[in-house]
Amino acid sequence: MRFLSKLDRRTVMRGGFSFGALSLLTGCDLTDNEPVQRVLWNMSFWNDRVQSWLFSANRLAPTYPESAVDRVFRYNAFYPEEQAPRLDPASYRLELSGSVGNKRPWTIERLYQLPQASQITRHVCVEGWSRIGKWSGCPLRIFLERVEADLTAKYVGFICADGYYTSIDMPTALHPQTIMAFTFADQVLPRKFGYPMKIRIPTKLGFKNPKFVVALSVTNNYPGGFWEDYGYNWFSGS
Amino acid sequence: MLHPLVVRITHWLNAMAIIIMIGSGWRIYNWDPLFDFSFPVWMTFGGWPEVSQRWHNEEGLAGALQWHFAAMWLLFVSLVIYIVYGLVSGHFRGAFLPIRPRELLRDTQAALAGRLTHNVGERNAVQKAMYVGVVIVMVLALLSGLSIWKPVQLQELTGLFGGYETARYVHFFCMAAIVLFLAIHLLLTALVPSVLPPMITGRLRARP
Repeated sequence: MRFLSKLDRRTVMRGGFSFGALSLLTGCDLTDNEPVQRVLWNMSFWNDRVQSWLFSANRLAPTYPESAVDRVFRYNAFYPEEQAPRLDPASYRLELSGSVGNKRPWTIERLYQLPQASQITRHVCVEGWSRIGKWSGCPLRIFLERVEADLTAKYVGFICADGYYTSIDMPTALHPQTIMAFTFADQVLPRKFGYPMKIRIPTKLGFKNPKFVVALSVTNNYPGGFWEDYGYNWFSGS
Repeated sequence: MLHPLVVRITHWLNAMAIIIMIGSGWRIYNWDPLFDFSFPVWMTFGGWPEVSQRWHNEEGLAGALQWHFAAMWLLFVSLVIYIVYGLVSGHFRGAFLPIRPRELLRDTQAALAGRLTHNVGERNAVQKAMYVGVVIVMVLALLSGLSIWKPVQLQELTGLFGGYETARYVHFFCMAAIVLFLAIHLLLTALVPSVLPPMITGRLRARP
């Protein structure tokens, strides 16, 4: 199980280094050896902290006019487009776990009835490229309040139908532009962009915007993330 | 003392940080090239791609990013110390100023003709202009880098650089200017090797 070993590794990195665990991953040159890797991970954790200080709860990501929207939006995932999951709207449920008062799963109809907000913002990928797109859906804050989530918890974690997972800090989850997006470019969210629900977070890099979200948890235990566990910076704020 | 201790320490820290930033930056660039070329992987920095495949599940972007965002702190701290020291101690004024246009023109022509003489401990107008220029470009590289890293939280800064996409080009050209400086700087050091010991010992002649 690759996921399990990745999670173990990140936990090891967070909690203090175990050379036993790392001997499985030994590299061979200067930049790949263990002490260097430890310094790099610690710098990344330091950057997490700096970014959470830089983050302002009221600072809005720049928004753009309709004319600025990129007509052809870029597909990006760790698998080709035709392998994107095909979720059945009738059987879809958003499962809730962790510090949430009301854990009743949500159907698509109920999600669509939530208050909706729209945004035209820039999606910035960790690879460097960016595209401007239009998304709309329910502000995550409204949803978290609705399900009586503990808003003082540290993390909100997401699990996706394609095996992807990621997590964000609570201040970002409560940011007014963090939305559960159900539409893209005024159309029902296309399959390749995460039907039926993508979390759109314009204050974070693209890989922190999970698609095909099927489960949400509110927790104080660091949930990690698919790329984050491989060494991509966890906070990855914009 | 030709080069004060602070200048020597920050010189080598800056050098180390800049080389890491350039090498890791080239690898990051390769993931979404702005132009019709990529940097050969062996010239880039951030761990062996095969190891990265095992550690990061890809050919080295995560490693390059980790190096880039670690070394930026080294560069930031070292550059700030260097600049504050240079301004406060009068080192900049003494070493780099004045730069007179007439001298700059004369020395540039002499340098291009290969006739510029160099006495260790003295800086000609071309050198002065290049050192001042590269410090300014390094600051610009840091600022444009910040504006790419934080286009939301530092959106005014990103705006100054013409927005996110334009800031990427600014950052690239700052890198290119620094690489050009490095090439000339290393070439001149190779031509006049006696300038190297003072940047280590601080003295004109290394102690026997």
